[in-house]
Amino acid sequence: MELLGHLADGFGTSLMPLNLLIVFLGVTAGLFIGAMPGLGSVNGVAIVLPLTFIVPPSSAIILLAAIYYGAMYGGAISSILLGIPGASTAVATTFDGRPMAQQGKAGLALITAAVASFVGGTISVLLFTLFATPLADVALAFGPAEEFALVLLAFMTFVGLGGDDVLKTIIMICLGLALSTVGLDLISGQPRLIFFDLPGFYSGISFLVLAIGVYGIGEILYTIETQKTAPSVTPARLTFRELGYGIKEINKLWKTMSLGSALGFFVGMLPAAGATPAALMSYGIAKLTTKTPERFGKGAIEGVAAPETANNAASTGSLLPMLTLGIPGSPTTALLLGGMVMWGLVPGPMLFIEQPDFVWGLISSLYTANLAAVLVNLALIPLFVWALRMPFTVLCALVFVLCLVGGFAPSQKLHDVWLIVAFGVGGYILRKADYPMAPLVLALVLGPLMEKSFRQTLISEQGNVLAFVERPLSGTFIALSAAFLLLPLIKHLKRLTGRVPSAAK
Amino acid sequence: MVTADRIIALGLMALSAYFMWHASALPIGWNGMTGGPGGGAFPFWLSAIIFVTAGLIILRSFRRPKDTGEPFFDQDTLRSVVLVVLALIVTVALLPFVGAYIAIPLFLLWYLKVFGGHGWGLTAIITLATPVFLFFFFEVTLKILLPKGWTEPFFIPLYARFF
Repeated sequence: MELLGHLADGFGTSLMPLNLLIVFLGVTAGLFIGAMPGLGSVNGVAIVLPLTFIVPPSSAIILLAAIYYGAMYGGAISSILLGIPGASTAVATTFDGRPMAQQGKAGLALITAAVASFVGGTISVLLFTLFATPLADVALAFGPAEEFALVLLAFMTFVGLGGDDVLKTIIMICLGLALSTVGLDLISGQPRLIFFDLPGFYSGISFLVLAIGVYGIGEILYTIETQKTAPSVTPARLTFRELGYGIKEINKLWKTMSLGSALGFFVGMLPAAGATPAALMSYGIAKLTTKTPERFGKGAIEGVAAPETANNAASTGSLLPMLTLGIPGSPTTALLLGGMVMWGLVPGPMLFIEQPDFVWGLISSLYTANLAAVLVNLALIPLFVWALRMPFTVLCALVFVLCLVGGFAPSQKLHDVWLIVAFGVGGYILRKADYPMAPLVLALVLGPLMEKSFRQTLISEQGNVLAFVERPLSGTFIALSAAFLLLPLIKHLKRLTGRVPSAAK
Repeated sequence: MVTADRIIALGLMALSAYFMWHASALPIGWNGMTGGPGGGAFPFWLSAIIFVTAGLIILRSFRRPKDTGEPFFDQDTLRSVVLVVLALIVTVALLPFVGAYIAIPLFLLWYLKVFGGHGWGLTAIITLATPVFLFFFFEVTLKILLPKGWTEPFFIPLYARFF
């Protein structure tokens, strides 16, 4: 019952006219960003973050969460109309969404995607509401040793489950952590890693600079080569009769959608997994459990509903560890976390005690954002069809300008703008060579926490390293981390021993 | 592709060596007095991991040479990317001298007209509207002054009008 009281208070915040307006603006912006091929939620949040100084912190985070949400809905639009996923999270939507559009059922596919996203979002926000307080209570018992072990675990999930090249993942984690140490030493206050004696490095490297560089400049450089030719947009008409028919069809898909939502929510909580694998897994499960798997890939309506529920559920799921533990579940939530720290809000269990208004305002705004997103999505479909015809070079030029100016605005130092360009080019080259970007950004955001908790523990334990293993919770986290680190090694050994049968591949 | 992979790994090794050299200015070992590692330990040993791991990538590339023959950059891509990066560098370099309100329209003009091959109409609209939006959004609403350089005197009447 206490929960409902908190939630009611939260709605008091999120239903304020300013916040409602912000939610609508955020989801609309998010829908457009998500619909643009090449730009996803993480790019949207990175580019818009510096512009959020215009509103108070609690509204700013609502705006960013709404963009995050909208982008998840929007990714499906270009998957269906262009056959190109609007964001990596919508890859699985192309499998059946594109064939549906080619059969002249683009309208139905868009309706399915929007409604399925709404169902996935709503179920996962309910789960979020239920799990948030208990998890924050558990996290209250965490000391620095547990914090360190948990951050380590977050990184090791990338190594064990990330699916990218293990060596390259390790490099990116260490690079992010090393970059986070630039500036003043946390304990002794001595300057360190002041490259070329530039005074700009004394204040460290802001996560925003890296994020705008990698996800703004780097991402657009990456899309320049893939977007040379203008794609053909499938026209989509939407009538109320189709809407009614669509909702009736979707009503038959409850099993697929609830499965997808639960799956998405729990997969989304893992730092290394997130919305893209969740959507692919959900698609696979829907195909396995259906009686007519042969329709999949040829325009099955379940094939659109399953991944769309899962990717929206995953985006809510990844907010849970970020708010309750201070460990983001995805690169986008890592940026939200960085933003919150910038505004003086420290995510983690204490937030639930010290800033209940903020926490519950944000949680309740997820409900309003969901509703707003489905309404805006359905209402603006003709506009999206038109916007997808926009030449890509116009979008690129504007994003570049926003990156440069947005990168300058928070600190007002040209030093940061130069760093953004450098990170953009460096990130582009690394990404082209298959180095994963998510662990890099996560490591830069979590680096200071990791180093601080590590050294705090050692100081309080008089240098006893075993302290991390002796405490039950942190010991468990460390053991899990070790298991994730060893997982790829075991796989590798297995492949070596069983070389004869796999040699044929 | 394999060559590019090796060059990038070598670059990362050089970068981490540079980080290690910087970090070693502070104590990198175990500090018995305070209990725990010194201020340089974190960056030093993390860079050491990068150094070793990047080395492993290079070794691996020799052990199983499966070159797909696919070039890392095709000529066309390389040309576009280098051009855009140069334009960005020139734009940022111009910022402290001619200010954001000349450097950014110049960038847009080049990007839309020359690089993107758009018509004059579209180019003119975007090139002129963007600085107006930037002025009202950043300077008037957020009170964040963008660099002006030599154009600073021209803005004094505008400041007087809007602040």
